[in-house]
Amino acid sequence: MNTEQTGELSTLLVWATLVCLTIALVAFSIDLARRVDRTAVADETERRRAFGVATATTWLGTALLLAGIVTRGIAAGRTPWANMYEFTMVGSFVALAVFLGVGRVRKVDYLGAFVTGLAAVFLTLGLNVFYVAAMGVQPALQSSWLVLHVGVAIIATGVFTVAFAASVLQLLRSARDGGAVRLGSWRWLDRTPAPAALEGLSFRLNAVGFVLWTFTIIGGAIWAEHAWGRYWGWDPKEVWSFVIWVVYAAYLHARTTRGWSGTRAAWFVVVGYACLLFNFTGVNLVFNGLHSYSGVE
Amino acid sequence: MGARDTYRPEGIADEFVDDGVRTVAEPAHRGRGEQAGAHASTGGAAGGSAPVAIGVVGWLRWAWRQLTSMRVALLLLMLLAVAAVPGSVLPQRGPSPDRVLEYLGDHPTTGAWLDRLGFFTVYSSPWFSAIYLLLFVSLVGCILPRTAQHARNLRGRPPRTPARFGRFPARASGHSAASPDDVVATVAAALRRRRTFRVDTAAEVAAGERPAARTLTAERGYLRETGNLVFHVALLGLLVSVAAGQLLHYRGQAIVTEGRGFANAVVDYDTFEKGAWFRPEQLSPFSLTLAAFTSEFASDAVAFAQARDFTAHVTITGADGAGTEQATIRVNHPLTVDGAKIYLQGNGFAPEVTVRDSSGEVAFAGRVPFIPEDDMYTSRGVVKVPDVAPGLEQIGLTGYFLPTAVVEDDGRARSVFPQPDHPLLVLQVWTGDLGLDGGVPQNAYQLDTATMTPVADETGARAQVIVAPGQTVELPGGLGSIELGAEVPRYVALDLRYDPSLAWVLTFALLALAGLAVSLFTPRRRVWLRAWAMPDGRTRVELAGLARGDDGGLQGEVDRALAAVPDRTHGTGRTDGSDSADSADDQGDPA
Repeated sequence: MNTEQTGELSTLLVWATLVCLTIALVAFSIDLARRVDRTAVADETERRRAFGVATATTWLGTALLLAGIVTRGIAAGRTPWANMYEFTMVGSFVALAVFLGVGRVRKVDYLGAFVTGLAAVFLTLGLNVFYVAAMGVQPALQSSWLVLHVGVAIIATGVFTVAFAASVLQLLRSARDGGAVRLGSWRWLDRTPAPAALEGLSFRLNAVGFVLWTFTIIGGAIWAEHAWGRYWGWDPKEVWSFVIWVVYAAYLHARTTRGWSGTRAAWFVVVGYACLLFNFTGVNLVFNGLHSYSGVE
Repeated sequence: MGARDTYRPEGIADEFVDDGVRTVAEPAHRGRGEQAGAHASTGGAAGGSAPVAIGVVGWLRWAWRQLTSMRVALLLLMLLAVAAVPGSVLPQRGPSPDRVLEYLGDHPTTGAWLDRLGFFTVYSSPWFSAIYLLLFVSLVGCILPRTAQHARNLRGRPPRTPARFGRFPARASGHSAASPDDVVATVAAALRRRRTFRVDTAAEVAAGERPAARTLTAERGYLRETGNLVFHVALLGLLVSVAAGQLLHYRGQAIVTEGRGFANAVVDYDTFEKGAWFRPEQLSPFSLTLAAFTSEFASDAVAFAQARDFTAHVTITGADGAGTEQATIRVNHPLTVDGAKIYLQGNGFAPEVTVRDSSGEVAFAGRVPFIPEDDMYTSRGVVKVPDVAPGLEQIGLTGYFLPTAVVEDDGRARSVFPQPDHPLLVLQVWTGDLGLDGGVPQNAYQLDTATMTPVADETGARAQVIVAPGQTVELPGGLGSIELGAEVPRYVALDLRYDPSLAWVLTFALLALAGLAVSLFTPRRRVWLRAWAMPDGRTRVELAGLARGDDGGLQGEVDRALAAVPDRTHGTGRTDGSDSADSADDQGDPA
């Protein structure tokens, strides 16, 4: 098999992943909806069947995505995370892996629909908007820091994604508990854990994400020192990485400030994650900076 | 120690929730001094009303407490995030001064106002500096008392065993055939063996319904606050190191063509920038010659013409001129000479151009760097010929160097590959006054055409001169001739930088990372045990645990302590405190 065919195989595997994730998304949603009538015995078996389908397709999709990433790396002859398409691919994989990993320790299947849904959206965007064929990289990217700096950034993004899903659920649940009229019919929310438990899960993930993000920035500064002759230059990507860091730092402080913990702290997670998405999409595509490696023309 | 609060997760502050032993006494202090503001405060300004008639000292104290309160720190963090954004949207003077000028030209009114308010130098503007300096003052005001408190905590002992265990988030209980003394001694030994716990034991006398008991109190995770303080101090160190680097650094940029070189002296650089504490003797006296420059580009269809490698082969000559050394400079692999680093920042072609005026005299001869503008190295450049014979008009040539040129049928030329496979120089010709004598500094890569006129050919269209290497071509209008050297030398843009603070910046950054990880992932826990003899001869053992922050492993910690109880008959572990079947209630809670 030549490199071109390997690259095509990788793309096919990502499409297959997308199919699996779509099925998982539907099955997780059915599972969530059925949670409302947990007393009905017939529904319970069906619910479990939906849950079984959801879990199986998520595992399968994650495995296919891993295969897609590996074949992509073989086709390009380098670490497979050097442009936006590859970033969405690996980032979605990390989010799915974190979800499945946390799921082995504690029950988080209520997050399934959100995580598979986000990953499916990312991969759809990746395949249709950011896609570029597998190829080598320019001299500035030929560094072992590509593995570390970008790799850790992607892992942090995946972790932040799951934490974001937990915080959104926490906000929805708090709003419903607080008597929000518009959420009156969202009875499935009653079967999710209490806001405090969701907050705890989100915090633990965000803490991991924050440490990884700190490493991303430090690693990026060391690489910039080697490649560009300065460790920090307020390039748009650096500015937004800094903004993300400050927002998540504010989140950690808000949690300990009376009157800011709970719901308000969760809003910081939403803002932080929005900045993260903007740093990935907006900064790559809109601003003209040194980090213009999207590959998208 | 009343049951006054419900268990509430906390983030970075070091206090245990509801432990009855408040560790920080200062009421307006960060992390828990928020009683005054309760839940309703929205604006972020610290809670509490301004004091009345307290004098200057009172005001200062009030202001200091506000500044060092968590709520103001939070507000400043949010402000910092918002204030950083304009610098990514608007062009900045440092990295892209030309784009700032372009913006000012396009938006004269708003541009002038933005300029006045510092929006083109956001990160050195007074408002941005004010935010981060206030944040650091707030940080110092927070960590000083906390460091003192932490030092006391480190010398202190775990708090006394609380009288009631009922309200704690993690509990366990059991029975043992061993005596209360043995139980406490064995568990204490087990906790001490893991080296994470600081353990004290005590005895309680019978009081009221409570029988005499042995108690144990243990605490772990002192490193959590240590990590937190290290993180914040490291940020301070980072700020100081970066500032020191700004004062001590220098940076010079030079364009060097193949076979030529430069000496490490201020005058030899095209641009030179230095910190306030820089002294010229800091420049180590060496010289550098560019022996050759090589580049590689992909030629496959997928990544056609993408750069794959740039290498500058240089020769370094030491101060005495004796020792020479061959070295290479590549992207991502700067060359270090006497503590200064030399980076390969750009490259291009510097064709050798000779212009003769109409009298046949050489009016210009030299290498002219052409700046690449796209992936195919379509490079733009200017040849200024001021030194024509007296009475003649000055000549300006502007246009492109095309490394692999293809000339279309309509006469337009373009480059189709970045390597010099078929180079051509395509120039337009201007005559008039170059404007070099006015004393106003000019951009060497731009032709000021205000006082010049384009030269037309026979048909009246703008004349275009196309020259291949080794050729001599007549200039239109009888202005003279232009000759292009047979070899096209390459040039590299080198960036030499010296910053003695780098090691400090890295050290403090890594310290901050380590401190952060330790403070976020070290569990801070207290475990208590009470054991007393029951009438049936067995020993009743009860345990409780409390964690700082949201800690999923707390119950496991308490259960492990229970497992260390010797000769256990049976026991239960539990997390939830509301259950009425709590064994403590029906089996003789000593409280």
